[in-house]
Amino acid sequence: MKRAAILAALLLIGASPAREVDGARLLADEAAPVLSAYRLFADTAGRVPAPGVVRYTLNTPLFSDHAEKFRYVWLPAGTSATYTPKGVLEFPVGTTIVKSFAYPADFRAPDKDIRIIETRLLVRRTAGWVPLSYVWNAAQTEAVLKRAGVRVPVAYVDAAGTAKQLDYAVPNINQCKQCHQQDGAAVPIGPTAGNLNGGLDGNGESQLATWAATGKLTGLPAAPPRLARWDDSAAPIADRARAYLDVNCGHCHSPAGFASNSGLYLQHDEPDPAHQGIGKRPVAAGRGSGGLLFAIAPGDPDASILVHRMASNEPGVMMPQFGRTVTHDEGVELVRAYVAELK
Amino acid sequence: MLKPALLLAAASLALQPAAARTITVQPGADAQERLQTALIDAKPGDRVQLAAGRFTLADGLSLDVANVTVAGAGADKTILDFTGQKGEGEGLLITSGDVLVRDLAVENAKGNGIKSKGSDGISFVNLRVEWTGGPKSTNGAYGVYPVSSKHVLIDNVYVKGASDAGIYVGQSSQIIVRNSKAEGNVAGIEIENSYNADVFDNVATGNTGGILVFDLPDLPQQGGHSIRLFKNQVIGNNHPNFAGVGNIVANVPPGTGVMVMANRDVHVFDNDIRDNGGNAVMLVAYQNKFTDKAYNPLPRGIAVRGNRYAGNGTAPAFPGGKEIAGALGGTLPPVMWDGVTGFTVPGGAAATADGGILVNDGPMVNLNLKTQGSPPTAARPELATSFAMQTLPEPPMVVLPAAQEARARGK
Repeated sequence: MKRAAILAALLLIGASPAREVDGARLLADEAAPVLSAYRLFADTAGRVPAPGVVRYTLNTPLFSDHAEKFRYVWLPAGTSATYTPKGVLEFPVGTTIVKSFAYPADFRAPDKDIRIIETRLLVRRTAGWVPLSYVWNAAQTEAVLKRAGVRVPVAYVDAAGTAKQLDYAVPNINQCKQCHQQDGAAVPIGPTAGNLNGGLDGNGESQLATWAATGKLTGLPAAPPRLARWDDSAAPIADRARAYLDVNCGHCHSPAGFASNSGLYLQHDEPDPAHQGIGKRPVAAGRGSGGLLFAIAPGDPDASILVHRMASNEPGVMMPQFGRTVTHDEGVELVRAYVAELK
Repeated sequence: MLKPALLLAAASLALQPAAARTITVQPGADAQERLQTALIDAKPGDRVQLAAGRFTLADGLSLDVANVTVAGAGADKTILDFTGQKGEGEGLLITSGDVLVRDLAVENAKGNGIKSKGSDGISFVNLRVEWTGGPKSTNGAYGVYPVSSKHVLIDNVYVKGASDAGIYVGQSSQIIVRNSKAEGNVAGIEIENSYNADVFDNVATGNTGGILVFDLPDLPQQGGHSIRLFKNQVIGNNHPNFAGVGNIVANVPPGTGVMVMANRDVHVFDNDIRDNGGNAVMLVAYQNKFTDKAYNPLPRGIAVRGNRYAGNGTAPAFPGGKEIAGALGGTLPPVMWDGVTGFTVPGGAAATADGGILVNDGPMVNLNLKTQGSPPTAARPELATSFAMQTLPEPPMVVLPAAQEARARGK
């Protein structure tokens, strides 16, 4: 609801005449030094998507230090994505996935005084997906390519009215690849059929159906899988928690991911209890084990390494290893509840 | 179709582009961004040269470009200082192949010192990885940490203070660890779930356990085999264990020289193993319950021969150790085997060891535990001067690609 209102307002402001996305620039070998070169946005502030740039939301998103995220996808004219039941949808060459990370000054008024920190792109070039990050200036008039990462101090007032500060970390390009790799090749993480199988902002028709109806998606079956919403209080705790773990941890903790050597696989549909972490002893956790014996001790969140590492902010202990600098208390609570009900 | 010679020429061109550059990075302001940028900008064939001095780093560094050399001015001259590290699980992470890291030091990484994941052709040469406050449970886990890698060379590396293993090679194959020293770590050198490793001419001293060869269940690569430990100095490894409980090395009793757990075809020979208060050499099965049907918890095809022992076994720290020592005249004999030769495949049938134990430099005490998972209280210690269940061919010598060795020998 609130986002729809923002968008409507922004569209009304809609400053410049709509220009086409520069697909050739996106596909060029050298990344553009500034984000505006791609013409993905109709305004200079990166808030109004250009024609053909489609906003989407996920049932269960990655936690990134409480940042608000604005997600978009652009497909070259006349192309469409192909449905796949598992993993990310098959996107055509030229596809660009756009994600802006932003903070309102005060989360009690989330639509006001929004500052975008960075806009990340995943561009499907002929040779594969390429990750890029553009960091916005203070005036919010341009974003410049940052390949080595940077720390950006961020201050905001949280939903409870408490002033917060954090040392937001823009990832370097290797960190982008670390999370986005499967079997050594970079891939998107969010836009799977299951995670898109819900309404935009949680309302209305499934985005899969919308994309299919607008020709952006082919091969959609009658009953595609659906990943639970992590914050859907009507859904079973286990479904919500495993969706949360899948999205927040499963990109590395998979047989083809960066943390494959751990043997801990956090896909929501991993069948083997030991690989899920249940009764699984640590392998190379080092001091990250926190003196605990099992990744998940069924029924005992306090004795579970997975909970311990999610609740930590200390490098060398915390999980994920990067992508957050503060703890996601609601996520930890959900996973605690899941572990508590395991037998 | 290209002729083989042309193919070879093309391949060598790809490996050594004519325009190979040296990118020099100085310490000082913005070292983090300048160094990380150099590691991103490097092209195959390039050398990232770190000048002498102390690089103060707030985040982990990473390299994902193949065939790059990252070199300092010496392990006492170029220091990557992670004392103020705010993020990431490693000091330096390498995810590409044909990489050589040499002549530098990594200090006080919050997680692991230097890690490679999935690298084919990874060399660590003339390095120091140290937690400068000495052994502490808050130190990072591993000093040098190649995992899921192939063609691994660790040569003249010094690691001190790791709260797990100083030199840790996991789920890798074709490995050489030589001329290195591990001191004041929980495990000095650990080879885990790995195939074909030669560990020789190293010094392991002042650790909780000197050199460990382990195999663990539920992992993508398991069934560790074909490991040779020889000509090492394994001396005075009596440090109290400071690993986090839960980690497998937390079970290593202080005073352990060499420990082999599970694995097939491990040969331990021609080492000097002295002044370790517990077992000079310990051969044991994995003791915990497991559900992995593909896992073999037994040490088998193990040979312990021609080692020189002195001053070991005077202060056994494991449960029942004093009693066993007492029954055998006050000190433990150099070699102890738990005597486990059978296990139950989870949900399946009984299985027995597919290879024996040979010890010709004992005496050895056999605890006769017989079945995997038996409690230590079931031990019926039995002394043997030598023990040979069968003859065992020595695993083949590990030979790394000549180009990798030549590059490591260069500057």
